[in-house]
Amino acid sequence: MAASNLQGRHRLGRVWLVVFQVALVVGIIALCALLFNILNGSFGFVAVEDTVSPESLAVNSVPLEELDKDTLVQILQAHISAGLYARYEFDKPFAERSAGEVYDLILERVVEPRFVAQWSLYETLTNGDAIRQQVAQEFPNARLEFRSWLNSHFLRAPQSSYPEIAGVRTAVLGSLWTISIAVLFAFPVGVAAAVYLQEYAPDNLINRIIQTNINNLAGVPSIIYGILGLAIFVRVLGQFTSGIAFGASDPATANGRTILSAGLTLGVLVLPLIIINAQEAIKAVPNSLRQASFGLGATRWETVWYHVLPNAISGIMTGTILSISRAIGETAPLIVIGASTFIQVDPEGPFSKFTTLPIQIYQWTARPQSVFRNLAGGASLVLLGLLLTMNATAIILRNRYRRSL
Amino acid sequence: MTDTAPTATTTAAIETHDLSIYYGSFQAVRDVNLDIQPNRITAIIGPSGCGKSTVLRAFNRMNELIPSVNTTGEVLFRGQNIYKPDVDPVEVRRHIGMVFQKPNPFPKSVYENVAWGARINGFKGNMDELVHSSLQSAALWDEVKDKLDQSGLSLSGGQQQRLCIARAIAVRPDIILMDEPCSALDPIATLRIEELMRDLAKDYTIIIVTHNMQQAARVSDRTAFFSLSEDGKRAGMLMEYGDTKTMFTRPEKKITEDYITGRFG
Repeated sequence: MAASNLQGRHRLGRVWLVVFQVALVVGIIALCALLFNILNGSFGFVAVEDTVSPESLAVNSVPLEELDKDTLVQILQAHISAGLYARYEFDKPFAERSAGEVYDLILERVVEPRFVAQWSLYETLTNGDAIRQQVAQEFPNARLEFRSWLNSHFLRAPQSSYPEIAGVRTAVLGSLWTISIAVLFAFPVGVAAAVYLQEYAPDNLINRIIQTNINNLAGVPSIIYGILGLAIFVRVLGQFTSGIAFGASDPATANGRTILSAGLTLGVLVLPLIIINAQEAIKAVPNSLRQASFGLGATRWETVWYHVLPNAISGIMTGTILSISRAIGETAPLIVIGASTFIQVDPEGPFSKFTTLPIQIYQWTARPQSVFRNLAGGASLVLLGLLLTMNATAIILRNRYRRSL
Repeated sequence: MTDTAPTATTTAAIETHDLSIYYGSFQAVRDVNLDIQPNRITAIIGPSGCGKSTVLRAFNRMNELIPSVNTTGEVLFRGQNIYKPDVDPVEVRRHIGMVFQKPNPFPKSVYENVAWGARINGFKGNMDELVHSSLQSAALWDEVKDKLDQSGLSLSGGQQQRLCIARAIAVRPDIILMDEPCSALDPIATLRIEELMRDLAKDYTIIIVTHNMQQAARVSDRTAFFSLSEDGKRAGMLMEYGDTKTMFTRPEKKITEDYITGRFG
C-alpha cells in the first residue's frame, strides 16, 4: 500500500517537472522569436539604383575613386546647386576636407544611390533566385546587394530622412547622455536612502509608510514619471534644465526639453528600484559583521562605511545594472518630456535637445516606407549591443569589487 | 548575594545594581546585582533562555543594537554608570571588548582584521608591532605569520576565533566579554581557546557565557548561575554567585545543585 502511494507522489513530481520544462521552453521560444524578428529586419537583399552612375563621372577614363581632390571638388560643384555647395563650404571649407571626404559627398549627393526595394533575411535566404529575377525585370538599372543594415556608416551617421544615409549616432549619444545623468543622480541618492532606511531609520510608523511608498513607486507605470518630469523638470525647473539660469543657452529659444530633464526623469524612474535593490543587498550583509565592528568600539558610520557597504557593493551594483537596463529602453516618459524625433546634430551637453535609441526605433517603425523598418531592426541591434556592453562592464566591475574583499 | 558591599565599588571591574532588561514589555532579566572581579575569569552559566547572553551584552551596551531592548538599573565601570545619558556607548565598547559565539572575522586580511579596530580608535604607534603582539597574545602568531595578507576567512574555525580574540585585544580593552566562544568549535580548538583564556586572565578581566559546565569548571575563577524565576514570568535571575570551586562542590542552593548535576537545563 505504501509503495503504490509512493509511485503516485513520484508521478506528481514528474508532472510538475514537465510543467516547469514547458514553461522554460515557452520562454526560450519567445526569446528566439524576438531575436529572429530583429535579425530578419537587420540583414537582407536590397536593390540599389544610382541616380548618376559612377562610371559616367570618370574623367579621362580615370575611375572616380582614383581622382585627386581638386577634380572631385569640381565634379561636386558641377552637379549640386550653388546654395548647397555654399552650405558645405560654410560647414567645413573644402580646403580643409580630405579627398576621401569629398568622395563620400559625391557618392551621397551626386551618385545618390537609392534603395528601390528591400527584402528580409528570411526571404533573402530562401528565395534568392526569385528575387534576382524580379529585380532584373522590374528594376533593370538596379543592382542587387546583400546589406547589413547595421554597419559602421549606420553607427557614425546622424539621423536623416534618406534611409540610404540615415544612422543612429545622435540617438546613441542621446541615450548615453541621458543614462549617464540618470545614474549620476539616482545611484548616490538611492544608495544613501537605502543606507538610511536599512541602518539608521528606527522601525516606526513614518518609516514604514515611507518604505511601503517606495515599494509602490517601483511599480508605477513609466508614463506617470514622464508626466512628473514634464511638470517638474521641464516646466517648474525649466530655468535650470534649459541652462538659461547658468547662462549656458540662449533664453529666446531654449526650453526645458533637454537631456538634463530626460536624465533626471529616468533617474527618478529608477530611484525606487535602486533603493529597493540596495536595501536587499545591505540586508544580506550578515549581522555578525556589524556586531564585530560595534564590539571594537566603531561608530555606526564606521561600521557602515568599512563593513556594510564594501560587502553590499556587489549586490548594489547588480541592482543598479538591472535598473539601468530598464531605463535605457524607456520610451514613454521621454516622449512626454519631449524628446525630438528628428535631430541631426550631436548632443553637446546636458542642455542639448536630444533623441534616444528607443525613440528613434519607435519613430522609424511608425514611418510608412517599409525600408525604415529595416533601419529600426538595425537600431534594435545597436540598443541590444549597448545594453549588453553596459551589463558586461558592470558585471566585470562587480566581480572586481568582490575579489578585493 | 543580593547585597553589595560598599568596598566592591572600588575593587570590582564591573558591578551591576538592580539590572533589569526588557524586550519590549517582556522582562528578560530581573534585578541582577553582580560584581565582577578584575583579572579573573567569571563564568555565567544557566539553562537556555535565562538571559545569560543578555546580561553579558548589557556590560558593553551591545543590547542597544536591538531596537526594542530597554535596560534599567546601573552598570558601573570604573565607578561610573555606563547607562548614564552622557556616556557614549562607542567609548564603552572600546574599553569592554567582545568575542562572539560564531567566529566572525571581517572579510579582510588577517593583518587588517587586527589593525582595523586599533586604527579607528586612533592608535598612532607601530601598527606592525601591535598586530604582532596581539596575534602573539592570542596564540595565533606562529600559525599565521606567513599569511598575514590572506583573508581572515581562509583560517580554520578555531584560528578564526583566536583571530577575533586578537582583534579584541588590539584595541587594549580592560574587559573581554566572551559569548559562548567555543560553541562552534571542535574539542581541540576549544581546549586551545581555554588555555588562551587562562593566559589572558593575567592582563584582562574576562567574562564568559557558556553552556558547557565542564568548561566553566575548568577555566573560571568565579561562577554566576542564572535561572528563570519560578513565579511563571520566566524572567532570568541571578541565583547564586561565588567561587567556582565552591559552586561546583558545595552549592548553597538546591536549584544550583540540580543544574550542575544535570537534573535540568
